[in-house]
Amino acid sequence: MIHFVLLISRQGKVRLTKWYSPYSQKERTKVIRELSGVILSRGPKLCNFVEWRGYKVVYKRYASLYFCMCIDQDDNELEVLEIIHHYVEILDRYFGSVCELDLIFNFHKAYYILDELLIAGELQESSKKTVARLIAAQDSLVESAKEQASSISNIIAQATK
Amino acid sequence: MKRLGRAVVMEIFCFLKQGLTPYEKKKYVWKMLYIYMLGYDVDFGHMEAVSLISAPKYPEKQVGYIVTSSLLNENHDFLRLAINTVRNDIIGRNETFQCLALTMVGNIGGREFAESLAADVQKLLISSSCRPLVRKKAALCLLRLYRKNPDVVNIDGWVDRMAQLLDERDIGVLTSSMSLLVALVSNNHEAYWSCLPKCVKVLERLARNQDIPQEYTYYGIPSPWLQVKAMRALQYFPTIEDPNCRRSLFEVLQRILMGTDVVKNVNKNNAAHAVLFEALALVMHLDAEKEMMSQCVALLGKFIAVREPNIRYLGLENMTRMLMVTDVQDSIKRHQAQIITSLKDPDISIRRRALDLLYGMCDISNAKDIVEELLQYLSTADFAMREELSLKAAILAEKFAPDLSWYVDVILQLIDKAGDFVSDDIWFRVVQFVTNNEDLQPYAAAKAREYLDKPAIHETMVKVSAYLLGEFSHLLARRPGCSPKEIFIIIHEKLPTVSTSTIPILLSTYAKILMHTQPPDPELQNQIWTIFNKYESCIDAEIQQRAVEYFALSRKGAAVMDILAEMPKFPERQSALIKKAEVAEVDSADQSAIKLRAQQQTSNALVVTDQHSANGPPPTVPAVGPLTLVKVPSTSGNAEHTSEGQALTQPNGTLTKIDPQTPSEDLLGDLLGPLAIEGPPGAAVQPQQNAVSEVGGVPSAVDGAAIVPVGEYSNSVQPIGNINERFYALCLKDSGVLYEDPYIQIGIKAEWRAQHGHLVLFLGNKNTSPLDSVQALVLPPAHLKMELSLVPETIPPRAQVQCPLEVLNLRPSRDVAVLDFSYKFGANMVNVKLRLPAVLNKFLQPISVSAEEFFPQWRSLSGPPLKLQEVVRGVRPLPLTEMANLFNSFRLMICPGLDPNPNNLVASTTFYSESTRAMLCLIRIETDPADRTQLRMTVASGDPMLTFELKEFMKEQLVSIPTAPHGPTAPPTPPVAQVAQPTSPVKALTDPGAMLAGLL
Repeated sequence: MIHFVLLISRQGKVRLTKWYSPYSQKERTKVIRELSGVILSRGPKLCNFVEWRGYKVVYKRYASLYFCMCIDQDDNELEVLEIIHHYVEILDRYFGSVCELDLIFNFHKAYYILDELLIAGELQESSKKTVARLIAAQDSLVESAKEQASSISNIIAQATK
Repeated sequence: MKRLGRAVVMEIFCFLKQGLTPYEKKKYVWKMLYIYMLGYDVDFGHMEAVSLISAPKYPEKQVGYIVTSSLLNENHDFLRLAINTVRNDIIGRNETFQCLALTMVGNIGGREFAESLAADVQKLLISSSCRPLVRKKAALCLLRLYRKNPDVVNIDGWVDRMAQLLDERDIGVLTSSMSLLVALVSNNHEAYWSCLPKCVKVLERLARNQDIPQEYTYYGIPSPWLQVKAMRALQYFPTIEDPNCRRSLFEVLQRILMGTDVVKNVNKNNAAHAVLFEALALVMHLDAEKEMMSQCVALLGKFIAVREPNIRYLGLENMTRMLMVTDVQDSIKRHQAQIITSLKDPDISIRRRALDLLYGMCDISNAKDIVEELLQYLSTADFAMREELSLKAAILAEKFAPDLSWYVDVILQLIDKAGDFVSDDIWFRVVQFVTNNEDLQPYAAAKAREYLDKPAIHETMVKVSAYLLGEFSHLLARRPGCSPKEIFIIIHEKLPTVSTSTIPILLSTYAKILMHTQPPDPELQNQIWTIFNKYESCIDAEIQQRAVEYFALSRKGAAVMDILAEMPKFPERQSALIKKAEVAEVDSADQSAIKLRAQQQTSNALVVTDQHSANGPPPTVPAVGPLTLVKVPSTSGNAEHTSEGQALTQPNGTLTKIDPQTPSEDLLGDLLGPLAIEGPPGAAVQPQQNAVSEVGGVPSAVDGAAIVPVGEYSNSVQPIGNINERFYALCLKDSGVLYEDPYIQIGIKAEWRAQHGHLVLFLGNKNTSPLDSVQALVLPPAHLKMELSLVPETIPPRAQVQCPLEVLNLRPSRDVAVLDFSYKFGANMVNVKLRLPAVLNKFLQPISVSAEEFFPQWRSLSGPPLKLQEVVRGVRPLPLTEMANLFNSFRLMICPGLDPNPNNLVASTTFYSESTRAMLCLIRIETDPADRTQLRMTVASGDPMLTFELKEFMKEQLVSIPTAPHGPTAPPTPPVAQVAQPTSPVKALTDPGAMLAGLL
């Protein structure tokens, strides 16, 4: 299973974290610090796997962002590597050629999408289309709620005028 | 910056306190999460996040769920507040709310969630009215809850449902369900047999690309993730019995193995290889046909040479796994050169794998090459790896050394090249080896001397060479540059450079050099004394103590010879290094399906440590206290026992001399209970004195008889308890009652060390009158040498005597020693013949063997007479775990994880005897799950007689029923105790062979 997902920028800034195994706040910070030290220092032509504290971390760099997932020793590494790519493709489709700034300003969207992809550290949906459809449905729900709210406040505003 | 972040957070916090619209609340909770993500400590506002969950509108609810699941972990108290809302959302009709709730529970649900929600989640998963988007979430949510509390899934009811879920057409639901299945079968594969063919079907469907929607193909490959998962689930089933199922699975696997090519597109390549590597793992697990296996090795051989680093890494990793599973070592060895090249790869992940693989594939044939390669690499290796590297090199050198001098060479080189990374265990081990092998001592001393000539040497090297030279430099005395004085000078040169932990060792060395200088050299003596004097006021207590003691000791002249003599040999024991490596390997390097079992057994594996007895030599190697220098006579305990026994040999008249405070109080304590001697020792002595005074010195048999009620004068003395049962029990444990009747109880307490056994017989008189004409005679079989110390002729009333019995095992045999015991009570002569529990398994010492050690050994012992195989029928049916326990109780160490088939057991042990010395024995039991009454047993060892005897011994144990001797093959022996005329036992004694035959 995937124990956690980390997105780290090349400067070591954290862009997204998701923990599927229980870690306390302290441990989380420690893990992030340790791993960014290990992963950011690795050269470009090395393999995508790092052995760390009896686990394996599968990572891949896209532009300035490192996507990391921590798995058990005997999990299938390439499978997880492709989960990362699958996630990136979905982000890419959603934002239209995704970049780091998209993930900073819309980091909640990155969370929504990740939640449609992974639950409990396991892959939930392997179809890009389905994920995109579900996210679009969520967005429209939020939109309609907003419209409703604004229309209600308009009514109230007019009534109290 | 940090303070700024905190200020911002505090501001938000204030906002949160005021009444905010849900929209604003939502916005600030997001900001809080963002700040938290950046690494600031956010320990407030959690409540607000949780409270959003119960908001009625979707946007707020969504934020509440997602932020809560990112911010909190399962142990957080606030989660409890949300359980009710979450449950309402799950059982409610709103699909989107269901999804949110399931996602959160799936991501952070803890035990409490598991208990209160599992039933509802299961309902959603199997409900026909729910859409796939809810059901796939429910599947993973249930998986999470199952991980937290396996009881939430009721196996009986769930198996059929699970099988139905695998018929699902929607790939999303199927993927999630397959993950759930993997978790379920990893805990209990037996219950889910019915899912096996379904997994194969899913795999077939994917491999043939039948009925797979376009959106589920990933770079042209039908859901690689689902393929991997299905194969992973199959690896938890021990075998596939249905031939059709097996055939179609192998077709699929064959297609994957042959049809995967390296392509240009990275992602397609990765996905295809993810499937391929999983297929390889499955093939290894199924122990497929030879042909397919060699195909796998060929593929892996190709992979470890490709440029793509991921594939190279995985190739090495899987080759290491392959080592454990099958007979392909030779073909793997062909790639040795390539693997050694990988040791120099720029990528540390790959270097680690290469090191692991080299370590795993090392055996006697290639040990020299590999260890030398490792040594060479050591000087250039990066620091992160050096410790592991040196540990592994040391272990390999120890395990596979063609000769011991090579081993010493390797370790000294190791210390020389990477002294900082050589743990103390490594050099302790060298010292043990050299001490225990006399031939090696001059060589090691000379080598140590050579290293001391080097200009700068590591402190560990100073320690080793000082220790070795202190012990053995006198063996070199004739060589140039090796006179005591020269050696002292060269060692003393190093003194200013070393730390306080080394100085005590140097002081011991000086003392030993001084002792070995005969005739004494006054100049050297003065020099050394000056040093001792100097350190007498050292601040370090250890150094000070040694200096003072050595100074005092060395003034005693020749008397010192005894005290500072060479260290006694160390008891043979498992290498601390190997133990260490085992610990390190616990969570790595084993195959997925095997892993579970291996983990269950780790605690066992680590327990096999040295078993030094109370009177054995001190357990730790050098450098502890100066006391370790004093030679500890290992027989001291025995000597005391014998003298005690002798003291008891003339107890007539002086009955009060019997001292209940024998040297081994606890032994006595054990036996006091069953002996039914009531009251404290003092009370026990009291009536004796009375008896003595009444009878007037020598208690006669007639007087004794007078006290006993007449009813007990029947013509046979019935033993209490079943003699056979007692014997079999004692075969498994080391102390207990061997025989008991109304008058006497014979207890036994044994200590076994290698081929030696030290038994003590406790003869306890249960009566208020003495037992006369006590005679005990041991009739040893040909393979045992036994010495029973004198047995007193009379056992005083209510007293217990101890008779030590020494046993030495000459060669392997199943024959049993017999104790012919007789005594006279009143006018009757009682004579019993008892089997002594000095049986084959007592000379075994469990040893845990890792796969890397096991397979080379197993292969090198090929065929009869060293390796014997036999199908045993009529075995009493036992569950496998019980059989494993039985073996463990016979000191055969079950090595879990070596055999991929869970119906098989692999055990290892060391047998000790004079002729074989320590000899490794390996045993493999293959059981048939369908027919538990038969099994195939293979036994291997380096000695044909041992192999045969051990095999027969185990057969006896498996076929007969030791705990219930009324089984078909072990007819109950009639009680042996009989009242005989005083003349008859003498006659019987003359023919021990006949008696043995009658007995057994």
